[in-house]
Amino acid sequence: MGVHDASTPRLKMAGICKRFGPTVALGGVDLEARAGEAHALIGENGAGKSTLMKVLSGAYQADSGEMWIDGTVYQPRNPLDGRERGVAMIYQELSLAQHLSVMENIVLGNEPCSGPFMRWKDIRRIAGEALAHVGLETLPLETRAGALSNAKQQLIEIARSVATGAKILVFDEPTSSLSRQDIDNLFRLIRELKEKDYAIVYISHFLEEIQEITDRFTVLRDGESVGNGVTAEAAINDIITMMVGRDVDDLYPRSPRHIGGRVCETRHVAGAAKPADVSLDLHRGEVVGIAGVVGAGRTEFLRCLFALDPIRSGDVKIASIDGTLTPRRLWNAGVGIISEDRKREGLATALSIADNLTLSSQPFIITSTWQETVCRSWIEALPIKCASPFQAVDDLSGGNQQKVAIARLLHADVDILLLDEPTRGIDVGSKAQIYQLIDELAAGNPEAGVKPKAILVVSSYLPELLGICDRIGVMCKGKLGPLKAVGDVDEHSIMLEATGAGADEPKDGREG
Amino acid sequence: MKEKIVKTISKAGPFIALLFVFGLFASLGGSDFRQWGTMNDILMLSVIVGIAALGATLVIISGGIDLSVGCTIAAVTVVIARMFNMRLGDSYLIEQFPILWPLCAMAGGVAFGAAVGVVIGSSVVGHIGRAAAVILGLLVMVWLRSGADWPLFVCIPLGILAGGALWFLNTISIKKTPLPPFIVTLGLWASLRGTAKWLAGGTSVYVDVSEVNGKAIWLNTIMRDIKVGDMILPMPGVWMWGLLAVAMGLMLKYTRFGRHIYAVGSNENTARLCGINVEKTKILTYLVAIACAGLAGVLRFAWLGMGDPTTDIGTELLVIASVVIGGASLNGGVGGIGGTLVGTLIIMIVYKGCTVLGLQNFVQEIVTGAIIVAAVTLDQIRHKKAD
Repeated sequence: MGVHDASTPRLKMAGICKRFGPTVALGGVDLEARAGEAHALIGENGAGKSTLMKVLSGAYQADSGEMWIDGTVYQPRNPLDGRERGVAMIYQELSLAQHLSVMENIVLGNEPCSGPFMRWKDIRRIAGEALAHVGLETLPLETRAGALSNAKQQLIEIARSVATGAKILVFDEPTSSLSRQDIDNLFRLIRELKEKDYAIVYISHFLEEIQEITDRFTVLRDGESVGNGVTAEAAINDIITMMVGRDVDDLYPRSPRHIGGRVCETRHVAGAAKPADVSLDLHRGEVVGIAGVVGAGRTEFLRCLFALDPIRSGDVKIASIDGTLTPRRLWNAGVGIISEDRKREGLATALSIADNLTLSSQPFIITSTWQETVCRSWIEALPIKCASPFQAVDDLSGGNQQKVAIARLLHADVDILLLDEPTRGIDVGSKAQIYQLIDELAAGNPEAGVKPKAILVVSSYLPELLGICDRIGVMCKGKLGPLKAVGDVDEHSIMLEATGAGADEPKDGREG
Repeated sequence: MKEKIVKTISKAGPFIALLFVFGLFASLGGSDFRQWGTMNDILMLSVIVGIAALGATLVIISGGIDLSVGCTIAAVTVVIARMFNMRLGDSYLIEQFPILWPLCAMAGGVAFGAAVGVVIGSSVVGHIGRAAAVILGLLVMVWLRSGADWPLFVCIPLGILAGGALWFLNTISIKKTPLPPFIVTLGLWASLRGTAKWLAGGTSVYVDVSEVNGKAIWLNTIMRDIKVGDMILPMPGVWMWGLLAVAMGLMLKYTRFGRHIYAVGSNENTARLCGINVEKTKILTYLVAIACAGLAGVLRFAWLGMGDPTTDIGTELLVIASVVIGGASLNGGVGGIGGTLVGTLIIMIVYKGCTVLGLQNFVQEIVTGAIIVAAVTLDQIRHKKAD
């Protein structure tokens, strides 16, 4: 690991503030990254990491605060400006032009030209050199970018950044869609880049990765930098405490639950590609969790169960429905689902809270008075922070958006709730409220005549599953293992099972 | 409070534009423009585009588009003219009740539009076989009528039977492959125009709309001013346009179907997740929308007094422009009937205003184009501010 003179940091950000209307996204953030080091930026979703990086890249302008690169003031007006000063972003979602060749992608926006004509010879040379930097010398330059794997595309993005003269590379969740082998490759490359004196800002939810690859870290919470230090000297637990800022045990309330009759039964369910074999029982008054790594087939199983994707084989009995399952019949029978992808599937974000909330169960004639009455009660009960029920869902924060999605299920008065990553991308406060709500729904209220509900949760965040569930099953490569009582499992045993009996390193401490 | 005012103004954007355009021509055109006759002309000019645009509003809100409106209108004029010349009036019933004839013509036109709508809707959701079934049904009708010369009341049920049989057979056997509505209606834009020419025998179909078997009928009066003493009231077509607008507006705002159109246009995946039958909603949307185009075709026939396969070339663009000026988004999920009405009126005020000012046709076209781009630009700025 390169240790360099630290008198002038490669990048220095001081007192960065950014507001969006009344919301304070960043309230004075400091960050220093030195040449030749990898600096981890840690924080929960919504802590302000992406906003900070957008300020760094020039996509946003800070309201106040200053930035320096190598000691000179840096004030990017737009991302192009940022790129010219040597700041390059490697995003989670790949940003290559899928139909263009590898070499065209590398020089895109910086094509060497004589007048209007591309100098293909120079392009080949530049692209070849850039690929050599990332260990892809053998890749034919004409390959179409879209034909490459995610991991290779990511390397080409890095190559592009190096070719355009970047000095600061920002990696935003680079490993989320990579296999262990690809991750090792990436880390080898990052170490090489460190030795070549690049400054690296590394954002990840995986604390083990951060310990493996970064030298120092900064923790963000609610838009403020709450701690920093040398990675090797910090314990994971201390970092988590800094991130969360509260005692985690209070997050998960647990009322006495009374297990009732069976409401859902699946036997050897298999979908088109995934899942492969899922058998489970779900009863009233219990919360069942499905753990597993990304891509294990958990979302696909819920989609099969909700008739959004076809079932190839196996039996499903749910909520006493006879015959073919359709989403409409499931809603009518008292089954509701929350999608893992709020923006693309869960909510019609351009429509109002009222429209979204009532979409699954509407009378034939709809008046705004009816919508208002219905929504008011849920807005107060959850509570959803909004100006009016007719506000667009777009205007709400992630947590409040998710509560709208949950309110849709409550309004439809469902008995069986299928929740796919119910707390993904929302703040801790909203999470706590959702955990409490799940507990109340599972416990029911016999005195008020509210029956307990059955809840099936898919989540990648293990502490959450362990906190709210009664039984947990682990899915691995499309197969669901036996459901076990929550007292009989821990994070370690679950990760062991999720990754195929210890073939992979366990990965806990992952956020939403 | 301030936010509320800004919101109201931004919502009323198209209306403000309408007032502005109207005020501009009212002050430039002087008393030539500011008279009832001119207003009435503007309404008259607006009716056909306006009615088709009501339907197109639904399609665009649902996230689709219809490029074949003009061709549907042309085909409907020919279909009605051919029905006319089949001496349908010979039948005993119509002899006794001549009012049935214009009603039949209207129903025929609207039904043809609805059939085209089902073809487009089915293709868009991927039931190619169903689209083919409807086309087959229509072809059987045409062939039995003009080839075998069977009476119409036999041809229509047989056509429906043939199409219906294929409809139910192929739901089992043909795989779903959704097509983009732009492509489907671009194809129909060409084929439907060709079909109109084929049905018309390559030329205009002349008929005498004023009477059937010596008895006066009122189909031609739909597009004639109503004279009450010295007063001139707008033609019945204008009233139909108004009533239809109210009905569609209520449907979009207050019925489940209307809300589902918005939901499907805004986010199809969400709609599916919430148990909405997306395919059915889309097909119904196209059916209702292009039935409107069928009605516009009936009015065009009443206006021309003949079946003209080359009429309404370019109308589809005026229709889309009306909807877009009215604030609808081509991405779906946004739009409304009020806006579309205003959009149609703006286009026609510019048209009539330029005529009154003695400006040439090209001025009107340039101005209309500028208004379309300006309207959408303002809309985008508005949305950006909202973020």
